Amino acid sequence: MTDAKTPPTKKPVTVRQLRERRQVLRSIGAGAGVIGAAMLGFFPVMKKWTERLRPPGGLLEDPFLAACIKCGQCVQVCPVEAIKLGDLDEGFGVGVPYIDARSQACDFSCDAVQCVLACPTGALSHDTDTKEQVHMGVARLSRPKACLARLGKGFKGPARGADHPGLHRYMEVDRWNPILISDHPYDLELCDLCVRECPIVGAITLERINLDPSDLRGTPVVFDKCVGCGMCEMICPVDPPAIVIDKRQPGEDA
Amino acid sequence: MSLLTSIAEMFGRAPGSKPDDSAYSEGARALHDAKRTKEGKKERVAAIKAERDLHPSHKWRNRRWASILIVNALFIVSFSWDIQLIEGSLSASRVVGFHFADLNASLQVMLAFKEILINLVIGTATVLLLWWLLGGRTFCSWVCPYHLLAELGEYIHLRLTSMKLVRDMAMHRGLRTVLYIVFAGLAFGSGYTVFEAISPVGILSRAMIYGPGLALIWVVVLLLFEVFFTRRAWCRYMCPIGLTYGMVGITSPVHVTYNLENCLHEGDCRAVCLVPHVLEVTKKGYALKEDVALGPDCTRCGLCVDICPTNSLTYDVMGLNKLL
Repeated sequence: MTDAKTPPTKKPVTVRQLRERRQVLRSIGAGAGVIGAAMLGFFPVMKKWTERLRPPGGLLEDPFLAACIKCGQCVQVCPVEAIKLGDLDEGFGVGVPYIDARSQACDFSCDAVQCVLACPTGALSHDTDTKEQVHMGVARLSRPKACLARLGKGFKGPARGADHPGLHRYMEVDRWNPILISDHPYDLELCDLCVRECPIVGAITLERINLDPSDLRGTPVVFDKCVGCGMCEMICPVDPPAIVIDKRQPGEDA
Repeated sequence: MSLLTSIAEMFGRAPGSKPDDSAYSEGARALHDAKRTKEGKKERVAAIKAERDLHPSHKWRNRRWASILIVNALFIVSFSWDIQLIEGSLSASRVVGFHFADLNASLQVMLAFKEILINLVIGTATVLLLWWLLGGRTFCSWVCPYHLLAELGEYIHLRLTSMKLVRDMAMHRGLRTVLYIVFAGLAFGSGYTVFEAISPVGILSRAMIYGPGLALIWVVVLLLFEVFFTRRAWCRYMCPIGLTYGMVGITSPVHVTYNLENCLHEGDCRAVCLVPHVLEVTKKGYALKEDVALGPDCTRCGLCVDICPTNSLTYDVMGLNKLL
């Protein structure tokens, strides 16, 4: 199909060249697909679709995601199986450990910080030696109107339902082994579960609402010492809980 | 074939054409010449016809599959029975207390985090030494769980191609090098280990040990792509982990070695190979020497060793074979 007057400027494309060209285009397309799929991980992270509580010693969110090698060694050492790994919907959080405090909080059953010791990369900072140094977040009375103590109510029976998987180490029951929360009934005149089961001394206290001795009502007060382990969130018997953990934000001390 | 050429080919360069006669070593020239004579040709054709009745051995494939299953089972059992033999997953673990870290995963972490803890240095160095000794990409075919699934996918793909239902859409092998650089750059620039979000090795290893999740969808997508479009697309053209281990294996002592003398050049080995460019040397007239170690992109899987009817391809441990 070349014009007789003007000599063809390009050689006709051979079948082989055509095949190679298609191959390169196909490779570019496939490569773009793979990179695109990986980049989708940005969305959940940027939009903060899931704000996860990270295990004890966890760095701030961005360096934490960078440092975590997604091996799950922290999952393996936790005696109460508090640590779970993120899934696809968490973008770059795939395989990254988190704690869902309401279903299983960290109660420091391991005494030291085993997950920190297990971490090979320092995503769980190795500067953390004791549970008091941890700063995952801080507890907040999110639904004061639901708080049994503020209503002056007591509590009888297990804190959570029979199907709740939560484990907790009750020192008075077994120093070494955690047991099911649903197997441990209480009988309290005034509910103080969040204070009673807090593993950190001086992190939370129950204060009288007023000085009238006939008025039983009290309110949980959270102090700076709170490490955000989530024990109070797990043990709170009202549903949804009256007390929750706010994840540590950039700018807050480790 | 020089080492540099084989490295360039690993990064994506197309294998060269048939070498000039003057490039042969003396021994190789004599063998090539003998094969070119009339009698030589006749002998070869007769031998190829005779081998059709032979059933290929599956010795190395079976050993390799056992290795993949055992290594991954150790991870699973170690956690589920709490025997603390291999804690962690394929991205990082502790093997009876010693730190191990996957080289590509730790590279991504180092680039993204920009701080390196001593534990990670120990883990990386241990694994580097281990896989240098064992042959680099040996990791791919002897440990990687995706490799096993991909072999199954490849089997289906080949069945479908023989039925003319699908066609292998080959790609440019330079793609893997591009992806390697892009993912390294993304980790360094963004501060996120971007590749880990789609690493089928990490996803599969974690799914087996800690339970399945949605991330397996990505693995299924990759497998379907390999079944219906491109044969072994991920392992052949894309996986940066393979390139990392390939680089480790450049100077490794473990090789599959080609011997020219008895080779019939019928090409069965290239047909089964994951990385057939390393077997270019088996084409008639291509070998420069009598014995040639295959390039670093070779995963030492042994499919070619199994299928070769004349034992022209064998495992070789540099130094050790001579010693014995």
